Amino acid sequence: MATQLRINGETHQVDLPDDVPLLWVLRDEIGLTGTKFGCGVAACGACTVHIDGEAVRSCQVALSDVWGDVTTIEGLGTPDAMARIQQAWVEQQVAQCGYCQSGQIMQAAALLAETPDPTDAEIDEAMAGNLCRCGTYPRIRAAIHSASRKMQEA
Amino acid sequence: MSRIGTIARRSFLVGSAAIVGGVAFGVYKMNQPDRNPLTAGPGEAALNPFVFIDQNGVTIITPRAEMGQGVQTTLAALAAEELDIDWQDVRVLHGPPAAAYYNSALLGTALPFKEYARSDFLRGVSGQVDKTAKLLGLQITGGSTSMKDGFDRLRMAGASARETLIRAASDRLGIAADKLRTESGAVIAPDGTVLRYAELAERAAETEVPQPPLRDPSTWRYIGKSMPRLDQAAKVTGTAEFGIDVRRDGMKFATVRMNPRLGGGMKRFDPAPALDLPGVEKVIDLGHGIAVIASNTWLAFQGAEAVTIDWDNAPDPAEQDAIWAGIEAGFDTRPNSKLRNDGDVDAPVPGATELTAEYRVPFLAHATMEPMNATALYTGDGLELWCGAQIPTLARDNCAAALGLDPAQVRLTTTFLGGGFGRRLEVDFAVYAALIAREMPGTPVQVTWTREEDMRHDFYRPAAIGRFRGAVKDGQAVMMDGAIAGFPLAAQVAKRWLGVPFAGPDKVHVEGAFDQPYAIPNYRIAGYQTDTEIPLGNWRSVGASVNGFLHDSFIDELAHAAGRDPLDFRLDLMRGEHAPSAGCLEAVRDMSGWTGRTPDGIGRGVAFTYSFGTPAAQVIEVADEDGGIRIRRAWIACDVGLALDPAIVEAQMFGGMMYGLSAACFGEITFAGGEVEQSNFPDYDALRMHTAPKTEVTILETAEHLSGAGEPGTPPSMPALANALFDLTGTRARELPLMHRFDLLV
Repeated sequence: MATQLRINGETHQVDLPDDVPLLWVLRDEIGLTGTKFGCGVAACGACTVHIDGEAVRSCQVALSDVWGDVTTIEGLGTPDAMARIQQAWVEQQVAQCGYCQSGQIMQAAALLAETPDPTDAEIDEAMAGNLCRCGTYPRIRAAIHSASRKMQEA
Repeated sequence: MSRIGTIARRSFLVGSAAIVGGVAFGVYKMNQPDRNPLTAGPGEAALNPFVFIDQNGVTIITPRAEMGQGVQTTLAALAAEELDIDWQDVRVLHGPPAAAYYNSALLGTALPFKEYARSDFLRGVSGQVDKTAKLLGLQITGGSTSMKDGFDRLRMAGASARETLIRAASDRLGIAADKLRTESGAVIAPDGTVLRYAELAERAAETEVPQPPLRDPSTWRYIGKSMPRLDQAAKVTGTAEFGIDVRRDGMKFATVRMNPRLGGGMKRFDPAPALDLPGVEKVIDLGHGIAVIASNTWLAFQGAEAVTIDWDNAPDPAEQDAIWAGIEAGFDTRPNSKLRNDGDVDAPVPGATELTAEYRVPFLAHATMEPMNATALYTGDGLELWCGAQIPTLARDNCAAALGLDPAQVRLTTTFLGGGFGRRLEVDFAVYAALIAREMPGTPVQVTWTREEDMRHDFYRPAAIGRFRGAVKDGQAVMMDGAIAGFPLAAQVAKRWLGVPFAGPDKVHVEGAFDQPYAIPNYRIAGYQTDTEIPLGNWRSVGASVNGFLHDSFIDELAHAAGRDPLDFRLDLMRGEHAPSAGCLEAVRDMSGWTGRTPDGIGRGVAFTYSFGTPAAQVIEVADEDGGIRIRRAWIACDVGLALDPAIVEAQMFGGMMYGLSAACFGEITFAGGEVEQSNFPDYDALRMHTAPKTEVTILETAEHLSGAGEPGTPPSMPALANALFDLTGTRARELPLMHRFDLLV
């Protein structure tokens, strides 16, 4: 039984059991590998995507429960046409190993959509679920502030 | 096929032959130039193992793996500096497994001498050892050695490539080489004629030139500057390819489930419940565990869980208490090492105050963000492999051995590593992928571990116990006697990687303690070891991750017993011993405005560890916030001799500290019923955005020799935090993790 998904503006027919998490639909079925597997229990945030603009842990959303349009890191921007938040990440030279950064960026993008000029406390609260073992947090914070300025200027 | 796949030769027999022949090949082999593992097609040139030119321009082939430490960016900068290419035109690829990419700096650091006091004679001896490293062909990213190894080599590769290009242009134009100059990836003639490197590549490849001199540092454009990292665009757009992101046509997805009682076998298993599940195609017997191949990784996870398995017991004591007792029993054996033994620690010092303390640190997991994985394609007479590997030559050789192939029949592509920290020095995940792929010839199989499998089948930072005695008199340390008991990491690694027994003093076991630049007149550090089958591994900063905490915590206790300011106390002991180390302490003193006094509700601790050739000092400030303790601020100073890329060094120092602080606060691996009790981030957490301290980093460059940055930030973080907690609460933290004694903010 095929399930229909809207991902990054495109429609996909997915023929997988209902309980397969969105994460594994994206990665192994659709081939969108930018969304990462980190823990499988919503404890690290590496798999964060947007559903109807809301940041969610895609490892916890079953295929049959996807309630709206999905946006992944690939839908935000590309190396040749980066979103402002991605530009801010590059400008601040945030990534070390980079594995968690798709999730960090998706989480931050949802924060900025709701709170265009977040305080440090608001950043702390929004980003607390996103783990980075390299320790890039100060540069993530700087990039969020920088992206906020870029978006308000635009 | 990946780009590196096409330009890497399939035969790497030279490296293998050298291992077989050992030192019998001797000087002859050592002095041979390494065979270039790159193959050029039409219009291309592999000018040396590090510089590849095609019609699109120049690609720098890096001998070390990018795992976040920025190594590709800085290695490329070293070559580009000499090669005259513009930064936006620089491209990088990981080198294939090959003898040409041996790490010349690693074995030298393994000698049992105090690095900070190394004489020129000892540096010379180390140079001989480095030649042995070449014979062994160890292509290792580890030990904070990449810059030490690459600083001359990549510049020389760039310089000689440029020279051949000039010579090729000279031949083509009939103009003397000394009349030509280079700029922006091109040779330029006096009349303004511009010949792009790409146009000259093929001819240059046939040109032999003597090694030209390197540029004067005063002319450097890239070295010493914070360069835009080459991996950023890919890593913010989800297009960077990690091992787990490899996709091949017709690929299957698999996982493993190994005996959770580490080292134990498997009595029997029933695959039927798994084979009933959707998408599951195969269940494979791996001897001490199983693998499940499916159409989707998550379906493979479900399948692996569904297999019913009857496990054997582990060879080691099943309970944590018994493991601790085993370490303690080591104190009653002959010491494995006394690498520091100054004066006489047993001679009584009249009028001195004596004190003793015992410290314990637990096993730790690496917990890279990217769980272990590898992708393999078995073709019947060869194996293609994709994974993030810190020793690609070992991955290649062990996979070949597992399948009965010659190493030349294995082709490995090193992807980005989603964290390494020492975990990806091991190659177990690659060997599993090879074994599993063999069951499906012609079909690529990606094998991904669950987080639980990853955490419960690590090669753990060994637990250890330190027993310290010391004496202070007139405000000075007059005696320190440290005994450190634990497990023989070096012996386990030597056997596992090289198949050789390890005898003699284990430097790794006591590094971070025996080699600290303190002038204590009576000073002994002894190591004691107990054997174990628990898999042990190199965890960012290795022995210093243990001993930095033991040694520096006790230094702090001595300072307090002496009634001294703990920072001044350290400085007094250090100034005459090693000036760059003292400089780091002075730097954190000045940055933090250290006064030795803190208001109520605030605590500050200082710590210092010399590791991997780099002295590093940290001050950490903690604050009591309504009963919860916040790590509020931190100051770091290090001296790397020459900071090749300051922004990257800064990131490594902060990241190294965060890795250590995370472990100090929350990190422990414990055993019950023979199994690791922790399994995922909820019970093996790390610092996060809201718990990370505001931090300032100062990078000093006074030390005589260039040194590494990847690890030295880790060791001092743990004692600095413990010392700060003592200042705040009056309670001395002698066991990690700290969450058991202190109400840390989470």
